[in-house]
Amino acid sequence: MTQRSLAVVSAGLSQPSSTRLLADQLAAATRDELVRRDSEVRLHVVDLREYAHDVVNNMLTGFAPAALREVVDTVTGADGLIAVTPIFSASYNGLFKSFFDVLDKESLVDRPVLIGATGGTARHSLALEHAVRPMFAYLRSVVVPTAVFAAPEDWSDGTADGALRGRIRRAAAELADQIERRPPTGGPADPFALTTDFLQMLGRGDDAPVS
Amino acid sequence: MQFGVFTVGDVTVDPTTGREPTEHERIKAMVAIALKAEEVGLDVFATGEHHNPPFVPSSPTTMLGHIAARTERLLLSTATTLITTNDPVKIAEDYAMLQHLSDGRVDLMMGRGNTGPVYPWFGKDIRAGIPLAIENYDLLHRLWREDVVDWKGKYRTPLQSFTSTPRPLDGVPPFVWHGSIRSPEIAEQAAYYGDGFFANHIFWPKEHTQRMIALYRQRYAHYGHGSADQAIVGLGGQVFMRRNSQDAVREFRPYFDNAPVYGHGPSLEEFTRETPLTVGSPQQVIDRTLGFREYVGDYQRQLFLMDHAGLPLKTVLEQLDLLGEEVVPVLRKEFAALRPAHVPEAPTHASLVAAAGGAKDSTVHAVDDVTGKAPEGATR
Repeated sequence: MTQRSLAVVSAGLSQPSSTRLLADQLAAATRDELVRRDSEVRLHVVDLREYAHDVVNNMLTGFAPAALREVVDTVTGADGLIAVTPIFSASYNGLFKSFFDVLDKESLVDRPVLIGATGGTARHSLALEHAVRPMFAYLRSVVVPTAVFAAPEDWSDGTADGALRGRIRRAAAELADQIERRPPTGGPADPFALTTDFLQMLGRGDDAPVS
Repeated sequence: MQFGVFTVGDVTVDPTTGREPTEHERIKAMVAIALKAEEVGLDVFATGEHHNPPFVPSSPTTMLGHIAARTERLLLSTATTLITTNDPVKIAEDYAMLQHLSDGRVDLMMGRGNTGPVYPWFGKDIRAGIPLAIENYDLLHRLWREDVVDWKGKYRTPLQSFTSTPRPLDGVPPFVWHGSIRSPEIAEQAAYYGDGFFANHIFWPKEHTQRMIALYRQRYAHYGHGSADQAIVGLGGQVFMRRNSQDAVREFRPYFDNAPVYGHGPSLEEFTRETPLTVGSPQQVIDRTLGFREYVGDYQRQLFLMDHAGLPLKTVLEQLDLLGEEVVPVLRKEFAALRPAHVPEAPTHASLVAAAGGAKDSTVHAVDDVTGKAPEGATR
Protein backbone atom coordinates (compact mmCIF):
# COMPACT_ATOMS: atom_id res chain seq x y z
CA MET A 1 0.00 0.00 0.00
CA THR A 2 1.42 3.34 -1.09
CA GLN A 3 1.00 6.53 0.93
CA ARG A 4 -0.29 9.39 -1.19
CA SER A 5 -1.02 12.96 -0.28
CA LEU A 6 -3.58 15.04 -2.09
CA ALA A 7 -3.81 18.82 -1.68
CA VAL A 8 -7.10 20.53 -2.43
CA VAL A 9 -7.10 24.29 -2.94
CA SER A 10 -10.40 26.16 -3.04
CA ALA A 11 -10.53 29.87 -3.80
CA GLY A 12 -14.25 30.21 -3.04
CA LEU A 13 -15.09 33.35 -1.12
CA SER A 14 -18.64 32.86 0.13
CA GLN A 15 -19.54 30.52 2.96
CA PRO A 16 -20.88 28.01 2.23
CA SER A 17 -19.20 28.04 -1.14
CA SER A 18 -20.14 26.11 -4.28
CA THR A 19 -16.45 26.19 -5.21
CA ARG A 20 -15.62 24.38 -1.98
CA LEU A 21 -18.47 21.96 -2.62
CA LEU A 22 -17.04 21.11 -6.06
CA ALA A 23 -13.54 20.82 -4.56
CA ASP A 24 -14.81 18.38 -1.94
CA GLN A 25 -16.53 16.23 -4.53
CA LEU A 26 -13.43 16.13 -6.73
CA ALA A 27 -11.33 15.28 -3.67
CA ALA A 28 -13.64 12.50 -2.53
CA ALA A 29 -13.80 10.98 -6.02
CA THR A 30 -10.00 11.07 -6.41
CA ARG A 31 -9.47 9.62 -2.94
CA ASP A 32 -11.93 6.78 -3.65
CA GLU A 33 -10.20 6.07 -6.94
CA LEU A 34 -6.75 5.94 -5.32
CA VAL A 35 -8.01 3.79 -2.45
CA ARG A 36 -9.59 1.43 -4.97
CA ARG A 37 -6.10 1.10 -6.45
CA ASP A 38 -4.68 0.22 -3.07
CA SER A 39 -3.23 3.56 -2.02
CA GLU A 40 -3.62 5.18 1.35
CA VAL A 41 -4.60 8.82 0.90
CA ARG A 42 -4.01 11.86 3.09
CA LEU A 43 -6.25 14.74 2.07
CA HIS A 44 -5.35 18.36 2.85
CA VAL A 45 -8.08 20.84 2.04
CA VAL A 46 -7.15 24.52 1.95
CA ASP A 47 -9.71 27.32 1.87
CA LEU A 48 -7.63 30.18 0.55
CA ARG A 49 -10.08 32.63 2.06
CA GLU A 50 -8.53 31.94 5.47
CA TYR A 51 -5.10 32.97 4.17
CA ALA A 52 -6.13 35.95 2.05
CA HIS A 53 -4.30 38.53 4.18
CA ASP A 54 -1.24 36.30 4.45
CA VAL A 55 -1.13 35.90 0.68
CA VAL A 56 -1.18 39.69 0.17
CA ASN A 57 1.44 40.16 2.90
CA ASN A 58 3.60 37.59 1.16
CA MET A 59 3.34 39.56 -2.08
CA LEU A 60 4.42 42.75 -0.26
CA THR A 61 7.18 41.41 2.00
CA GLY A 62 8.50 38.52 -0.07
CA PHE A 63 8.00 35.86 2.58
CA ALA A 64 5.09 33.73 3.74
CA PRO A 65 3.93 34.22 7.33
CA ALA A 66 4.13 31.00 9.35
CA ALA A 67 0.51 29.87 8.78
CA LEU A 68 0.74 30.37 5.03
CA ARG A 69 4.19 28.73 4.95
CA GLU A 70 2.60 25.56 6.25
CA VAL A 71 -0.04 25.66 3.53
CA VAL A 72 2.54 26.32 0.82
CA ASP A 73 4.63 23.38 2.03
CA THR A 74 1.55 21.15 2.07
CA VAL A 75 0.51 22.12 -1.45
CA THR A 76 3.98 21.99 -3.01
CA GLY A 77 4.81 18.75 -1.23
CA ALA A 78 1.66 16.82 -2.21
CA ASP A 79 1.54 14.00 -4.79
CA GLY A 80 -1.43 15.55 -6.51
CA LEU A 81 -3.27 18.86 -6.51
CA ILE A 82 -6.92 19.73 -7.03
CA ALA A 83 -7.28 23.46 -7.71
CA VAL A 84 -10.73 25.01 -7.87
CA THR A 85 -11.66 28.64 -8.40
CA PRO A 86 -14.80 30.66 -8.95
CA ILE A 87 -14.77 32.45 -12.29
CA PHE A 88 -14.68 36.24 -11.86
CA SER A 89 -14.62 38.60 -14.84
CA ALA A 90 -13.91 35.76 -17.29
CA SER A 91 -10.99 34.27 -15.35
CA TYR A 92 -9.79 32.80 -12.02
CA ASN A 93 -10.38 35.12 -9.08
CA GLY A 94 -7.57 37.27 -7.75
CA LEU A 95 -7.10 35.21 -4.60
CA PHE A 96 -6.54 32.03 -6.61
CA LYS A 97 -3.99 33.70 -8.88
CA SER A 98 -2.25 35.47 -6.00
CA PHE A 99 -1.76 32.20 -4.15
CA PHE A 100 -0.09 30.58 -7.13
CA ASP A 101 1.91 33.78 -7.73
CA VAL A 102 3.64 33.49 -4.35
CA LEU A 103 4.72 29.88 -4.90
CA ASP A 104 8.21 29.25 -6.18
CA LYS A 105 7.74 28.83 -9.92
CA GLU A 106 9.58 25.48 -9.90
CA SER A 107 7.56 24.07 -7.03
CA LEU A 108 4.81 22.38 -9.06
CA VAL A 109 6.86 21.09 -11.98
CA ASP A 110 5.56 17.69 -13.21
CA ARG A 111 2.88 17.71 -10.51
CA PRO A 112 -0.45 16.09 -11.47
CA VAL A 113 -3.18 18.71 -11.24
CA LEU A 114 -6.94 18.56 -11.65
CA ILE A 115 -8.55 21.93 -12.34
CA GLY A 116 -12.12 22.89 -11.57
CA ALA A 117 -14.22 26.03 -11.54
CA THR A 118 -17.66 27.30 -10.69
CA GLY A 119 -19.58 30.19 -12.22
CA GLY A 120 -22.95 31.85 -12.48
CA THR A 121 -23.52 30.52 -15.98
CA ALA A 122 -22.16 27.67 -18.12
CA ARG A 123 -21.01 30.29 -20.61
CA HIS A 124 -17.97 30.82 -18.33
CA SER A 125 -16.84 27.21 -18.58
CA LEU A 126 -14.03 27.76 -21.10
CA ALA A 127 -12.27 30.05 -18.63
CA LEU A 128 -10.80 26.78 -17.35
CA GLU A 129 -9.20 26.26 -20.75
CA HIS A 130 -8.11 29.79 -21.60
CA ALA A 131 -7.00 30.93 -18.14
CA VAL A 132 -6.53 28.20 -15.56
CA ARG A 133 -4.90 25.54 -17.74
CA PRO A 134 -2.32 27.96 -19.27
CA MET A 135 -1.32 29.13 -15.79
CA PHE A 136 -0.46 25.55 -14.82
CA ALA A 137 1.22 25.05 -18.20
CA TYR A 138 3.51 27.94 -17.23
CA LEU A 139 4.25 26.18 -13.93
CA ARG A 140 4.96 23.03 -16.00
CA SER A 141 2.44 20.99 -14.07
CA VAL A 142 0.65 18.07 -15.67
CA VAL A 143 -3.00 19.08 -15.92
CA VAL A 144 -5.37 16.19 -16.60
CA PRO A 145 -7.45 16.45 -19.80
CA THR A 146 -10.82 16.69 -18.06
CA ALA A 147 -11.38 20.03 -16.37
CA VAL A 148 -14.57 20.24 -14.35
CA PHE A 149 -16.87 23.24 -14.49
CA ALA A 150 -20.02 23.41 -12.38
CA ALA A 151 -22.77 25.85 -13.33
CA PRO A 152 -25.94 26.47 -11.29
CA GLU A 153 -27.91 23.95 -13.35
CA ASP A 154 -25.40 21.22 -12.45
CA TRP A 155 -26.33 21.60 -8.82
CA SER A 156 -30.07 21.97 -9.38
CA ASP A 157 -30.22 18.88 -11.58
CA GLY A 158 -28.81 16.92 -8.66
CA THR A 159 -25.24 15.72 -8.53
CA ALA A 160 -25.91 12.07 -7.75
CA ASP A 161 -26.60 10.92 -11.29
CA GLY A 162 -26.17 14.10 -13.32
CA ALA A 163 -23.60 14.90 -15.99
CA LEU A 164 -21.47 16.69 -13.40
CA ARG A 165 -21.01 13.48 -11.42
CA GLY A 166 -19.79 11.73 -14.56
CA ARG A 167 -17.24 14.47 -15.29
CA ILE A 168 -16.03 14.38 -11.70
CA ARG A 169 -15.49 10.63 -11.88
CA ARG A 170 -13.63 10.83 -15.19
CA ALA A 171 -11.39 13.69 -13.98
CA ALA A 172 -10.67 11.87 -10.71
CA ALA A 173 -9.64 8.72 -12.59
CA GLU A 174 -7.34 10.76 -14.82
CA LEU A 175 -5.73 12.41 -11.80
CA ALA A 176 -5.31 9.05 -10.04
CA ASP A 177 -3.63 7.70 -13.21
CA GLN A 178 -1.11 10.53 -13.23
CA ILE A 179 -0.40 10.23 -9.50
CA GLU A 180 0.12 6.48 -9.80
CA ARG A 181 2.69 6.92 -12.55
CA ARG A 182 4.98 8.84 -10.22
CA PRO A 183 6.84 7.87 -7.08
CA PRO A 184 5.57 9.61 -3.93
CA THR A 185 7.09 13.09 -3.58
CA GLY A 186 9.70 13.69 -0.93
CA GLY A 187 7.75 16.68 0.39
CA PRO A 188 8.34 20.34 -0.43
CA ALA A 189 11.69 21.35 -1.93
CA ASP A 190 14.25 22.88 0.42
CA PRO A 191 15.09 26.37 -0.87
CA PHE A 192 18.27 26.45 1.21
CA ALA A 193 19.74 23.20 -0.07
CA LEU A 194 23.16 23.57 -1.65
CA THR A 195 23.04 21.86 -5.04
CA THR A 196 26.58 22.64 -6.16
CA ASP A 197 29.95 23.16 -4.58
CA PHE A 198 32.25 26.10 -4.80
CA LEU A 199 34.83 24.73 -7.21
CA GLN A 200 32.08 23.84 -9.64
CA MET A 201 30.71 27.36 -9.38
CA LEU A 202 34.19 28.73 -9.97
CA GLY A 203 34.59 26.46 -12.97
CA ARG A 204 37.66 24.82 -11.42
CA GLY A 205 36.39 21.34 -10.66
CA ASP A 206 39.88 19.92 -10.00
CA ASP A 207 41.42 22.48 -7.68
CA ALA A 208 42.08 21.84 -4.05
CA PRO A 209 40.47 24.30 -1.65
CA VAL A 210 42.59 27.19 -0.42
CA SER A 211 42.70 28.09 3.23
CA MET B 1 31.81 40.84 19.96
CA GLN B 2 31.39 43.86 17.71
CA PHE B 3 28.29 46.06 17.70
CA GLY B 4 27.39 48.71 15.21
CA VAL B 5 24.92 50.21 12.80
CA PHE B 6 24.28 49.71 9.11
CA THR B 7 22.45 52.10 6.88
CA VAL B 8 20.79 51.72 3.51
CA GLY B 9 21.00 55.44 2.80
CA ASP B 10 17.43 55.84 1.60
CA VAL B 11 15.83 59.25 1.13
CA THR B 12 12.34 58.66 2.49
CA VAL B 13 9.49 61.00 3.39
CA ASP B 14 8.89 61.34 7.13
CA PRO B 15 5.26 60.12 7.20
CA THR B 16 4.49 62.14 10.32
CA THR B 17 5.44 65.47 8.74
CA GLY B 18 5.28 64.76 5.01
CA ARG B 19 8.76 66.18 4.65
CA GLU B 20 11.41 64.50 2.52
CA PRO B 21 15.05 65.29 3.30
CA THR B 22 17.30 66.51 0.51
CA GLU B 23 20.16 64.32 -0.66
CA HIS B 24 22.55 66.72 1.01
CA GLU B 25 20.73 66.44 4.33
CA ARG B 26 20.65 62.68 4.09
CA ILE B 27 24.35 62.40 3.29
CA LYS B 28 25.23 64.67 6.21
CA ALA B 29 22.85 62.69 8.43
CA MET B 30 24.67 59.46 7.58
CA VAL B 31 27.94 61.06 8.62
CA ALA B 32 26.37 62.36 11.84
CA ILE B 33 25.11 58.85 12.59
CA ALA B 34 28.59 57.40 12.05
CA LEU B 35 30.19 59.99 14.36
CA LYS B 36 27.52 59.34 16.96
CA ALA B 37 28.16 55.61 16.70
CA GLU B 38 31.76 56.18 17.76
CA GLU B 39 30.72 58.65 20.46
CA VAL B 40 28.34 56.20 22.14
CA GLY B 41 30.89 53.38 22.05
CA LEU B 42 29.75 51.30 19.10
CA ASP B 43 32.39 49.49 17.04
CA VAL B 44 31.17 49.51 13.44
CA PHE B 45 29.51 51.80 10.92
CA ALA B 46 28.52 50.21 7.60
CA THR B 47 27.04 51.97 4.61
CA GLY B 48 25.04 50.52 1.76
CA GLU B 49 25.92 51.07 -1.88
CA HIS B 50 23.22 52.02 -4.37
CA HIS B 51 23.14 53.57 -7.81
CA ASN B 52 19.52 54.56 -8.11
CA PRO B 53 17.11 56.93 -6.35
CA PRO B 54 15.89 57.12 -3.61
CA PHE B 55 19.32 56.11 -2.30
CA VAL B 56 22.34 58.42 -1.85
CA PRO B 57 25.40 56.25 -1.10
CA SER B 58 26.78 55.63 -4.59
CA SER B 59 30.34 56.35 -3.48
CA PRO B 60 31.02 54.46 -0.24
CA THR B 61 34.78 54.96 0.00
CA THR B 62 34.40 58.74 -0.36
CA MET B 63 32.00 58.74 2.57
CA LEU B 64 33.97 56.24 4.64
CA GLY B 65 37.22 58.11 3.98
CA HIS B 66 35.62 61.28 5.28
CA ILE B 67 34.32 59.46 8.36
CA ALA B 68 37.73 57.85 8.89
CA ALA B 69 39.30 61.30 9.10
CA ARG B 70 36.80 62.37 11.74
CA THR B 71 36.91 59.28 13.97
CA GLU B 72 39.54 57.44 15.97
CA ARG B 73 38.31 53.94 16.71
CA LEU B 74 35.27 53.25 14.55
CA LEU B 75 35.52 50.35 12.13
CA LEU B 76 34.28 51.31 8.67
CA SER B 77 32.42 48.77 6.64
CA THR B 78 29.85 48.30 3.89
CA ALA B 79 26.40 46.75 3.70
CA THR B 80 26.92 45.84 0.98
CA THR B 81 29.61 46.42 -1.65
CA LEU B 82 28.25 45.40 -5.02
CA ILE B 83 30.58 42.64 -6.14
CA THR B 84 28.48 42.09 -9.27
CA THR B 85 28.38 45.50 -10.94
CA ASN B 86 31.60 47.02 -9.58
CA ASP B 87 34.89 46.27 -11.27
CA PRO B 88 36.83 44.09 -8.81
CA VAL B 89 39.98 45.99 -9.78
CA LYS B 90 38.42 49.26 -8.63
CA ILE B 91 37.19 47.64 -5.38
CA ALA B 92 40.72 46.36 -4.71
CA GLU B 93 42.20 49.82 -5.28
CA ASP B 94 39.54 51.87 -3.48
CA TYR B 95 39.37 49.78 -0.33
CA ALA B 96 43.15 49.33 -0.08
CA MET B 97 43.40 53.13 -0.23
CA LEU B 98 40.75 53.42 2.48
CA GLN B 99 42.60 50.84 4.53
CA HIS B 100 45.76 52.97 4.45
CA LEU B 101 43.94 56.21 5.19
CA SER B 102 42.03 54.70 8.13
CA ASP B 103 45.08 52.81 9.47
CA GLY B 104 43.38 49.49 9.01
CA ARG B 105 39.93 50.36 10.32
CA VAL B 106 38.11 48.85 7.35
CA ASP B 107 36.38 45.70 6.27
CA LEU B 108 33.80 45.01 3.57
CA MET B 109 30.64 43.06 3.07
CA MET B 110 30.02 41.72 -0.41
CA GLY B 111 26.52 41.64 -1.81
CA ARG B 112 24.94 41.19 -5.21
CA GLY B 113 22.29 43.91 -5.42
CA ASN B 114 18.74 42.92 -6.23
CA THR B 115 17.59 45.68 -8.59
CA GLY B 116 17.49 44.34 -12.14
CA PRO B 117 17.76 47.65 -14.06
CA VAL B 118 20.97 48.65 -12.21
CA TYR B 119 23.00 45.83 -13.75
CA PRO B 120 22.82 46.94 -17.41
CA TRP B 121 23.93 50.46 -16.42
CA PHE B 122 27.22 48.81 -15.55
CA GLY B 123 27.22 46.45 -18.52
CA LYS B 124 26.01 43.47 -16.52
CA ASP B 125 22.93 41.23 -16.32
CA ILE B 126 21.15 40.33 -13.07
CA ARG B 127 20.56 36.81 -14.34
CA ALA B 128 24.31 36.26 -13.99
CA GLY B 129 24.31 37.62 -10.42
CA ILE B 130 25.79 34.54 -8.74
CA PRO B 131 28.45 33.79 -11.41
CA LEU B 132 29.44 37.49 -11.35
CA ALA B 133 29.78 37.41 -7.56
CA ILE B 134 31.90 34.26 -7.76
CA GLU B 135 34.23 35.35 -10.55
CA ASN B 136 34.65 38.97 -9.43
CA TYR B 137 35.39 38.08 -5.85
CA ASP B 138 37.89 35.45 -6.84
CA LEU B 139 39.77 38.12 -8.80
CA LEU B 140 39.51 40.63 -5.94
CA HIS B 141 40.86 38.00 -3.54
CA ARG B 142 43.92 37.48 -5.78
CA LEU B 143 44.51 41.19 -6.41
CA TRP B 144 44.99 41.73 -2.66
CA ARG B 145 47.22 38.71 -2.21
CA GLU B 146 49.37 38.54 -5.34
CA ASP B 147 51.60 41.47 -6.32
CA VAL B 148 51.39 40.70 -10.03
CA VAL B 149 48.27 39.15 -11.49
CA ASP B 150 47.66 37.54 -14.86
CA TRP B 151 43.99 36.85 -15.15
CA LYS B 152 41.35 35.92 -17.69
CA GLY B 153 37.66 35.50 -16.98
CA LYS B 154 34.21 35.85 -18.45
CA TYR B 155 32.98 39.20 -17.18
CA ARG B 156 35.84 41.67 -17.44
CA THR B 157 38.73 42.41 -19.75
CA PRO B 158 41.81 40.21 -19.09
CA LEU B 159 44.70 41.43 -16.96
CA GLN B 160 48.36 40.94 -17.76
CA SER B 161 51.12 41.79 -15.30
CA PHE B 162 48.68 43.89 -13.32
CA THR B 163 49.55 45.22 -9.89
CA SER B 164 46.72 46.70 -7.86
CA THR B 165 48.00 49.68 -5.87
CA PRO B 166 48.27 50.58 -3.12
CA ARG B 167 49.11 47.14 -1.80
CA PRO B 168 47.11 46.24 1.33
CA LEU B 169 48.27 47.91 4.53
CA ASP B 170 50.95 45.86 6.34
CA GLY B 171 50.57 43.16 3.70
CA VAL B 172 47.18 42.14 5.09
CA PRO B 173 43.99 42.50 3.00
CA PRO B 174 40.82 43.86 4.64
CA PHE B 175 38.60 41.20 6.15
CA VAL B 176 35.61 40.33 3.96
CA TRP B 177 32.09 39.30 4.84
CA HIS B 178 29.61 37.92 2.33
CA GLY B 179 25.99 38.89 2.75
CA SER B 180 22.98 37.00 1.45
CA ILE B 181 19.40 36.49 2.52
CA ARG B 182 18.71 33.15 0.93
CA SER B 183 21.29 32.11 -1.66
CA PRO B 184 23.08 29.01 -0.38
CA GLU B 185 25.76 29.59 -3.04
CA ILE B 186 26.94 32.71 -1.19
CA ALA B 187 27.16 30.88 2.14
CA GLU B 188 29.25 28.31 0.27
CA GLN B 189 31.46 31.06 -1.18
CA ALA B 190 32.10 32.60 2.25
CA ALA B 191 32.89 29.16 3.68
CA TYR B 192 35.29 28.29 0.86
CA TYR B 193 37.51 31.32 1.48
CA GLY B 194 37.15 31.22 5.26
CA ASP B 195 35.60 34.69 5.08
CA GLY B 196 32.79 35.95 7.29
CA PHE B 197 29.12 35.43 6.51
CA PHE B 198 26.54 38.09 7.30
CA ALA B 199 22.80 37.41 7.39
CA ASN B 200 20.90 40.68 7.10
CA HIS B 201 18.31 39.19 9.46
CA ILE B 202 15.81 42.01 8.99
CA PHE B 203 12.58 41.99 7.01
CA TRP B 204 12.68 38.15 6.87
CA PRO B 205 11.78 35.30 9.21
CA LYS B 206 14.54 34.06 11.48
CA GLU B 207 14.35 30.62 9.87
CA HIS B 208 16.07 32.02 6.74
CA THR B 209 18.98 33.24 8.85
CA GLN B 210 19.12 30.03 10.82
CA ARG B 211 19.31 27.87 7.69
CA MET B 212 21.90 30.03 5.94
CA ILE B 213 24.16 30.25 8.98
CA ALA B 214 23.94 26.50 9.61
CA LEU B 215 24.96 25.83 6.01
CA TYR B 216 27.82 28.34 6.19
CA ARG B 217 29.12 26.86 9.45
CA GLN B 218 29.00 23.32 8.10
CA ARG B 219 30.83 24.25 4.90
CA TYR B 220 33.37 26.39 6.79
CA ALA B 221 34.37 23.28 8.70
CA HIS B 222 34.28 21.21 5.49
CA TYR B 223 36.87 23.51 3.89
CA GLY B 224 39.12 23.13 6.90
CA HIS B 225 39.15 26.64 8.35
CA GLY B 226 38.17 25.51 11.83
CA SER B 227 35.23 23.91 13.57
CA ALA B 228 31.70 24.96 12.64
CA ASP B 229 31.33 27.04 15.78
CA GLN B 230 34.49 28.98 14.91
CA ALA B 231 33.07 30.36 11.65
CA ILE B 232 32.72 34.15 11.57
CA VAL B 233 29.07 35.15 11.68
CA GLY B 234 27.43 38.57 11.57
CA LEU B 235 23.76 39.43 11.94
CA GLY B 236 21.62 42.43 11.21
CA GLY B 237 18.77 43.56 13.36
CA GLN B 238 16.15 46.26 13.40
CA VAL B 239 14.99 47.99 16.57
CA PHE B 240 13.12 51.04 17.79
CA MET B 241 13.27 51.87 21.48
CA ARG B 242 11.79 54.15 24.08
CA ARG B 243 12.11 53.70 27.82
CA ASN B 244 8.44 52.76 27.90
CA SER B 245 7.59 50.12 25.29
CA GLN B 246 4.11 51.56 24.57
CA ASP B 247 5.75 54.85 23.64
CA ALA B 248 8.08 53.03 21.26
CA VAL B 249 5.18 51.29 19.53
CA ARG B 250 3.11 54.47 19.28
CA GLU B 251 5.96 56.54 17.89
CA PHE B 252 7.28 53.94 15.46
CA ARG B 253 3.93 52.76 14.03
CA PRO B 254 3.48 55.47 11.37
CA TYR B 255 7.05 54.85 10.16
CA PHE B 256 6.39 51.14 10.09
CA ASP B 257 3.05 51.44 8.33
CA ASN B 258 4.52 53.56 5.54
CA ALA B 259 8.00 52.05 5.32
CA PRO B 260 9.52 51.09 2.01
CA VAL B 261 9.90 47.29 1.65
CA TYR B 262 7.17 46.15 4.06
CA GLY B 263 4.84 49.13 4.54
CA HIS B 264 1.10 48.80 3.86
CA GLY B 265 1.44 45.06 4.39
CA PRO B 266 1.51 43.17 7.66
CA SER B 267 0.77 44.93 10.93
CA LEU B 268 3.59 46.00 13.24
CA GLU B 269 2.53 43.22 15.61
CA GLU B 270 2.59 40.57 12.87
CA PHE B 271 5.96 41.76 11.59
CA THR B 272 7.60 41.80 15.02
CA ARG B 273 6.35 38.25 15.50
CA GLU B 274 7.45 36.99 12.06
CA THR B 275 10.81 38.80 11.81
CA PRO B 276 13.52 39.92 14.26
CA LEU B 277 12.15 43.51 14.34
CA THR B 278 11.88 44.65 17.95
CA VAL B 279 9.92 47.73 18.98
CA GLY B 280 9.89 48.33 22.70
CA SER B 281 12.02 49.07 25.73
CA PRO B 282 15.82 48.70 25.85
CA GLN B 283 15.30 45.60 28.00
CA GLN B 284 13.10 44.03 25.32
CA VAL B 285 15.81 44.71 22.73
CA ILE B 286 18.42 43.12 25.01
CA ASP B 287 16.31 40.01 25.54
CA ARG B 288 15.45 39.58 21.86
CA THR B 289 19.03 40.14 20.72
CA LEU B 290 20.42 37.63 23.22
CA GLY B 291 17.90 35.20 21.78
CA PHE B 292 19.53 35.38 18.31
CA ARG B 293 22.43 33.37 19.68
CA GLU B 294 20.09 30.50 20.44
CA TYR B 295 19.46 29.84 16.76
CA VAL B 296 22.73 30.87 15.10
CA GLY B 297 25.24 30.01 17.81
CA ASP B 298 27.90 32.33 19.23
CA TYR B 299 28.51 35.05 16.71
CA GLN B 300 30.93 37.90 16.15
CA ARG B 301 29.13 40.98 14.87
CA GLN B 302 25.72 42.52 15.46
CA LEU B 303 24.68 45.49 13.31
CA PHE B 304 21.43 47.38 13.77
CA LEU B 305 19.42 49.25 11.16
CA MET B 306 18.36 52.44 12.94
CA ASP B 307 17.77 55.14 10.34
CA HIS B 308 15.35 53.99 7.67
CA ALA B 309 11.70 54.68 6.79
CA GLY B 310 12.05 58.45 7.09
CA LEU B 311 12.95 58.60 10.80
CA PRO B 312 14.36 62.08 11.48
CA LEU B 313 18.03 62.41 12.40
CA LYS B 314 17.21 63.69 15.88
CA THR B 315 15.25 60.52 16.64
CA VAL B 316 17.98 58.30 15.20
CA LEU B 317 20.60 59.97 17.38
CA GLU B 318 18.38 59.42 20.44
CA GLN B 319 18.12 55.77 19.42
CA LEU B 320 21.89 55.54 19.23
CA ASP B 321 22.18 57.01 22.73
CA LEU B 322 19.88 54.30 24.05
CA LEU B 323 21.72 51.64 22.08
CA GLY B 324 25.15 52.77 23.24
CA GLU B 325 24.27 53.54 26.84
CA GLU B 326 21.70 50.95 27.83
CA VAL B 327 21.70 48.08 25.37
CA VAL B 328 25.18 47.35 24.04
CA PRO B 329 27.04 47.40 27.39
CA VAL B 330 24.68 44.70 28.68
CA LEU B 331 24.89 42.70 25.45
CA ARG B 332 28.69 42.83 25.47
CA LYS B 333 28.80 41.45 28.98
CA GLU B 334 26.15 38.78 28.47
CA PHE B 335 27.46 37.55 25.10
CA ALA B 336 31.03 37.45 26.42
CA ALA B 337 29.96 35.40 29.42
CA LEU B 338 28.23 32.89 27.18
CA ARG B 339 30.94 32.54 24.54
CA PRO B 340 33.30 29.54 24.90
CA ALA B 341 37.02 30.34 24.76
CA HIS B 342 37.65 28.56 21.45
CA VAL B 343 35.15 30.75 19.56
CA PRO B 344 37.11 33.65 18.05
CA GLU B 345 36.26 37.36 17.99
CA ALA B 346 35.67 39.00 14.61
CA PRO B 347 38.97 39.51 12.82
CA THR B 348 40.38 43.05 12.92
CA HIS B 349 43.39 44.51 11.16
CA ALA B 350 45.47 43.99 14.32
CA SER B 351 44.43 40.36 14.71
CA LEU B 352 45.02 39.62 11.02
CA VAL B 353 48.48 41.22 11.16
CA ALA B 354 49.31 39.16 14.25
CA ALA B 355 48.07 35.99 12.53
CA ALA B 356 50.29 36.79 9.52
CA GLY B 357 53.33 36.93 11.76
CA GLY B 358 53.57 40.70 11.95
CA ALA B 359 53.26 43.72 9.71
CA LYS B 360 55.30 43.90 6.56
CA ASP B 361 55.52 46.69 4.05
CA SER B 362 54.15 45.33 0.82
CA THR B 363 54.94 48.25 -1.44
CA VAL B 364 55.66 47.16 -4.99
CA HIS B 365 58.48 49.32 -6.34
CA ALA B 366 58.73 50.03 -10.00
CA VAL B 367 61.52 48.23 -11.81
CA ASP B 368 63.99 50.29 -13.89
CA ASP B 369 63.11 49.29 -17.42
CA VAL B 370 66.72 49.70 -18.64
CA THR B 371 68.66 47.90 -15.91
CA GLY B 372 65.84 45.67 -14.70
CA LYS B 373 66.76 46.60 -11.15
CA ALA B 374 64.54 47.73 -8.35
CA PRO B 375 65.62 50.62 -6.07
CA GLU B 376 68.02 49.64 -3.32
CA GLY B 377 66.38 47.90 -0.42
CA ALA B 378 63.14 47.35 -2.34
CA THR B 379 61.71 43.91 -2.75
CA ARG B 380 59.76 42.69 -5.62
